[in-house]
Amino acid sequence: MRTALIIAAGAALGLGLAGCGEKPAVTVYKQGQYQGKPDMRPWDNASFKGDKSAWEQQIKRRNDGQNEYARATPSAN
Amino acid sequence: MARMKFLCDAERCIECNGCVTACKQEHEIPWGVNRRRVVTLNDGVPGEKSISVACMHCSDAPCMAVCPVDCFYKTSEGVVLHDKDLCIGCGYCFYACPFGAPQFPQDGAFGLRGKMDKCTFCAGGPEPDFSAAEFRKYGRNRLAEGKLPACAEMCSTKALLGGDADVISDIYRNRVLKRGKGSEVWGWGTAYGKPEPKPAAQPGATKS
Repeated sequence: MRTALIIAAGAALGLGLAGCGEKPAVTVYKQGQYQGKPDMRPWDNASFKGDKSAWEQQIKRRNDGQNEYARATPSAN
Repeated sequence: MARMKFLCDAERCIECNGCVTACKQEHEIPWGVNRRRVVTLNDGVPGEKSISVACMHCSDAPCMAVCPVDCFYKTSEGVVLHDKDLCIGCGYCFYACPFGAPQFPQDGAFGLRGKMDKCTFCAGGPEPDFSAAEFRKYGRNRLAEGKLPACAEMCSTKALLGGDADVISDIYRNRVLKRGKGSEVWGWGTAYGKPEPKPAAQPGATKS
């Protein structure tokens, strides 16, 4: 009888303590705040190695490439 | 650098769907998802106009405002992106978007709606640049390669312009002056008519 009581008390204690160690499984949302993972800036990678101006220069070149007036006759625009 | 924007010149669009194909091919978009599509107004009637439509990356994006799990963010270049790991596929953004941009892939055998998918301005998403996870979830990250969206760069008539707002506005202005008509830009006022609610911020900062 006494052994059974000790086993029961031990089990209850074990289960009780296990409950204390439970981590919240639900994300706590903060209203109005982006909740996701952080993103990298487009120049922070192996291609540009953090050189923002090089990236901007490349994008500018591509931007200007959309103007076919300037592409056909560079002096026209 | 100014904000990244799209501009579609209805006077030039010939409904070739080259932009749609370029997008599909670039990002390996599955069946049933159309990040970009071409809409024709008054189809078959003389004077019909076609417009290429996708996420316009609005200044004051309504999708960001309605998202119940706040999975949207705006990059410092003004590109509206979202975290698919957070998205619950509720569809609120679809109802809020004036352009019908959010797409929901069929996920499973019972027509279950998957996580939202939309145009990323070819800027990937919140995963390491050029990683397999980024490509699988968001598609190719052309912006990090120093390139502009595939749809705009592939447009054969240059009806669809994408890039720095100042530059593409100048290109369009010059075009209108030369041809003397067609100064109306469909969707520009809807997407960019409102001021940015706050300076665009990288993830982790507050959203509007």
